Amino acid sequence: MHTASLAPAWRDNKRYLWPLGGIIMLLVPIAGVLYQATGWGGWWWLGPMVVYGLIPLADLLVGSDTNNPPEARVPSLEKERYYRWAVYLAVACEYVSVIWGAWMAANGGLPWYHIVGLAMTIAMVTGVSINTGHELGHKTDKLEQWLAKIALAPTAYGHFFVEHNRGHHVRVATPEDPASSRFGESFWAFLPRTMVGSLKSAWEIEARRLRRNGKPVWSLQNNNLNAWAMTVVLFGGLAAWLGGQVLPFLLLQAFVGASLLEVVNYLEHYGLMRERRADGSYERCQPRHSWNSNQIVTNVFLYQLQRHSDHHANPTRSYQSLRHFDEAPQLPTGYAGMILLAYLPPLWFKIMNPRVVAHYEGDMSRANIKPEIRDAVIARYAPQRRGGAVA
Amino acid sequence: MPFKKWRCVICDWVYDEELGAPNDGIPPGTRWADVPADWSCPDCGASKADFEMVETD
Repeated sequence: MHTASLAPAWRDNKRYLWPLGGIIMLLVPIAGVLYQATGWGGWWWLGPMVVYGLIPLADLLVGSDTNNPPEARVPSLEKERYYRWAVYLAVACEYVSVIWGAWMAANGGLPWYHIVGLAMTIAMVTGVSINTGHELGHKTDKLEQWLAKIALAPTAYGHFFVEHNRGHHVRVATPEDPASSRFGESFWAFLPRTMVGSLKSAWEIEARRLRRNGKPVWSLQNNNLNAWAMTVVLFGGLAAWLGGQVLPFLLLQAFVGASLLEVVNYLEHYGLMRERRADGSYERCQPRHSWNSNQIVTNVFLYQLQRHSDHHANPTRSYQSLRHFDEAPQLPTGYAGMILLAYLPPLWFKIMNPRVVAHYEGDMSRANIKPEIRDAVIARYAPQRRGGAVA
Repeated sequence: MPFKKWRCVICDWVYDEELGAPNDGIPPGTRWADVPADWSCPDCGASKADFEMVETD
């Protein structure tokens, strides 16, 4: 009798689903095949159909899963190369979509409205790929850091590699973080604030590092510049091969792809705030500072990004090891469905604001609130404070 | 033995042995070797293994 067999071995029930995150990166050629087979031009919009329709619906139908790997299993789980290859596959498939899609836009003889659909479908692929770059960019392994920048290049978001680790992770759930959204701030107000703020932050963080090491800011040792250079090479190469008319097409998909990442940023920490200590520093990032979801389908396609609290507590932990926490605030559905709500601010506020208020038990002085309405919000919800309003 | 500094390779936060990390219950003067292995970066959460010694400054 083996003692090890007494306890059932933990199994990763998503193990064979992870390569789907790579397969979905092939949405652009899949759209082409469907168009070829049916002649229906609507297939060029396959990307938005999947991201905004199929995945949120599948989340509702398939449901959620709170299964956690036992801590004893995590070290061996982290070492399994299989999980890394699933992510590398996604980067390769992203490039198949971008390159084939750009060729199709230039040479497919498509009417403009199909080309716009094609750009949107590429944007869904490159936008989701920022999440792939995110998974890779948290690793200290040089190859993975390099692959992270490659995954970010089609959206020209190479600075995310710098800003996310050294900016967002440090200032998350504070008013100082451009990538943490505030109570009462609509997605449409958040989008320019985070895009501009993150870019500035990335530049400053990297310039500081280079100066400290006595290296020139304007050099390829600058992680922003060497990552953006990949975008220049990619877009420049495609323009040289297919003609300059692909450039506006590439820029359009880059912007839409980046805004897909930013809408996910928007919902990850909405209204949540870390407390300030007496010395002015912030408390450590805790499970209560991120919105989570255990919806299976989105968790497969986003490498468990929705187990966001554990990610912030253990940023170098790989996706397959991330855990669900009972005390972490939960979203009503998966990130994919929440994206749709975020696009419609009145609906978003109606559904999410009461959850933030409940999270802080009415004491909104502890929430991250849009500065212009901060005092009014605190006063408005004071009667809901546990034990009644404080006089 | 002079105090040393260790920098988080993820976010650049610096652990100074002279200052310790009082918010995490690590008193000033605690040597890097005596910082618990399960302690993590107070700013970004990276593990103790993700720190490297600062050569100068």
